[in-house]
Amino acid sequence: MEQTTETFTANARRAMANETLQVELARLSQGFPQRRQQAADRMPEFEALRDQARDIKNHVLANLDLYLEAYEAKVIAMGGQVHWARNAEEARAHILKICKSVDAKTVTKSKSMIGEEIAINDYLEKNGIAPIETDLGEYIIQLRNEPPSHIIAPAIHVSKAQVEADFRRVHTDLPIDRNLDDPTSLLQEARGQLRDKFLQADVGLTGANMLVAETGSNVLVTNEGNADLTYALPRVHIVIASLEKIVPTLEDATTILRVLARSATGQDMSVYTSFCTGPKRPGDPDGPEQYHVVLLDNGRTELLGSEFEEVLRCIRCSACMNHCPVYKAIGGHAYGWVYPGPIGAVLTPALMGIDGAADLPHASTLCGKCESVCPVRIPLPKLLRSWRTRHFEMQPARSPGHLALAAWAWIARKPALYHKVNGLIIAMLGAFGRKKGRLKWLPLAAGWTSKRDFPAPMGDTFIQQYHHGARGDASGQWLRRQQP
Amino acid sequence: MSEARGEILSKIRTTRTSPNAAKNILGTMQARIRDHSANLIPERGQRPADERVAQFMAEATRVNATVTRVAGNPDIPREVARFLTDNNLPSRIKQAPSLAHLDWSETMLTVSQGVGDAADEVCVTSAFGGVAETGTLVTYSAAENPTTLNFLPPVHVVVLKSKDITGAYEDIWVRLREALKNKDQSDNFMPRAVNFITGPSRTGDIQQTLLLGIHGPQRLHIVIVDDKTP
Repeated sequence: MEQTTETFTANARRAMANETLQVELARLSQGFPQRRQQAADRMPEFEALRDQARDIKNHVLANLDLYLEAYEAKVIAMGGQVHWARNAEEARAHILKICKSVDAKTVTKSKSMIGEEIAINDYLEKNGIAPIETDLGEYIIQLRNEPPSHIIAPAIHVSKAQVEADFRRVHTDLPIDRNLDDPTSLLQEARGQLRDKFLQADVGLTGANMLVAETGSNVLVTNEGNADLTYALPRVHIVIASLEKIVPTLEDATTILRVLARSATGQDMSVYTSFCTGPKRPGDPDGPEQYHVVLLDNGRTELLGSEFEEVLRCIRCSACMNHCPVYKAIGGHAYGWVYPGPIGAVLTPALMGIDGAADLPHASTLCGKCESVCPVRIPLPKLLRSWRTRHFEMQPARSPGHLALAAWAWIARKPALYHKVNGLIIAMLGAFGRKKGRLKWLPLAAGWTSKRDFPAPMGDTFIQQYHHGARGDASGQWLRRQQP
Repeated sequence: MSEARGEILSKIRTTRTSPNAAKNILGTMQARIRDHSANLIPERGQRPADERVAQFMAEATRVNATVTRVAGNPDIPREVARFLTDNNLPSRIKQAPSLAHLDWSETMLTVSQGVGDAADEVCVTSAFGGVAETGTLVTYSAAENPTTLNFLPPVHVVVLKSKDITGAYEDIWVRLREALKNKDQSDNFMPRAVNFITGPSRTGDIQQTLLLGIHGPQRLHIVIVDDKTP
């Protein structure tokens, strides 16, 4: 999909002025975190399971080449084919080639973030093949020609009224005066429209929540059942997955499933968890005749062994964005690429380069909520800071930021001078703001004061108060002696 | 093999600190796959056998499935007919070949058999197992178990033997390996599709409101059978 990370500030401003979006974001920030907490409370072993999920992913990342080879051998043994892709272009070419080999006209698609990453829909369309998104949220945004704004609730930014308007615009074969007031009627209409597409599709394209080395299976998790109709009905099933989706065994997959849905939607288990292995077997009455896996790198091997390696543990549950104060304020589109929220702010610079995405790691309060809910314990704030450091180091040595910090470093290494200057500044600010207790404007800090007041200092610094004899009492309460 | 494959794998290998370690690691990896040991199984997946059926029923109900328990195979057709009548549902059903042994003659239902298709309104299938932990049904694809029956019809009735209700998902893997490895004595035991089903289909994609039955069945009815015969 088109990258708009460079205009992050403008994107964010637009999002905050979008009332429909703000209503839906408010709803999201109520629902998801609350349900996750309830699910975690119902599972006393939840924290221990998170540790194990983290360890499984770490183990695989440390031995990724071996697991990839074992997985590939198994897929082949089960009658499937594996296609390796270094980048989006190679992945698209593999998929197109398979589609053309069976003269495919339509491809049903089950929601896949990798599909977004390689922009497969546009590519298939350009080549005369119609991709049809089947996850209801993805279907809605495909009708609207929009990218997803959340990794598990892609149409979170769309209101019910907008869905109704889109359905009336596109489903012109249905009576104009039909009643779509009830959300259930929208559901029935989408079900009816997509049913025929499922049955007619030549190829089914799915992502993978996991790839199991032991059995050569891909794991698909949905609530709608769309992935199952996508792989079970057409003649060909193509799985598109990135390298780090591997887990060693069915037991390991199971452990990750126990934290996935709970972290994502707060369900104990998603409705459909499917393990697909190879094409149909002799005697099977249904299922695809061909089974293909396209394994995508697209920058991931660069992250292995780097300070950002831990981001490859991500299982795409969305807990980090559901709990993020920044995501809740601006939604997903503002982030400007496939992955929004804290995980996007770390992953986008890693996969697309920091140059055009430098605003993302800065758009964080580093409150730490994301790390505290991540099922595989990715230290997102630490990784965000790493990007900030890297980006800073890339600035020219005489940039304003560098000069300001150099000045601060110079003075901070001279304690006597530092305290004197600091005392002077605090006294000045205190004098200006004492009346109201706040400052409406500060030199060099308009970025802060244009949006909110700055609390005025009390007039003397900690060190000054200390010298005047102020001390904490036994309870830790700071006792400020009256000024002489 | 392709150029891309070679390049990706060699890129990964350069991140490994000691190339000599690879041989040992390979052994460890193979052992891990061969042993497929279970990780932490939560308490809710390890309750005593006599509590499991009740736990399964409670969990399945919690995710909007309906559940009834009957004494033996002869009761199944009667229960399916009752469920359909009580809920004002169609009387034309399609059953999985795995249920060919059922005698429907006492009921007024029209029964056919085969894979799922667009016209199906109600289907009846059998489950390989149930997982008490979350009220999850497990089925797998085979000649007598068409996958499409689980997903196409709007009403899905599943027959599950109470003795096949296990505590945790891990018990299912143990049973599955046991049941299928004996067939060809190889490690290639995995069926084409193994499906975990936890409640009827649902979506929250319209205004974050829970709605049932978007692509898969809107209704999931589970008939637990206490029949002790294998």
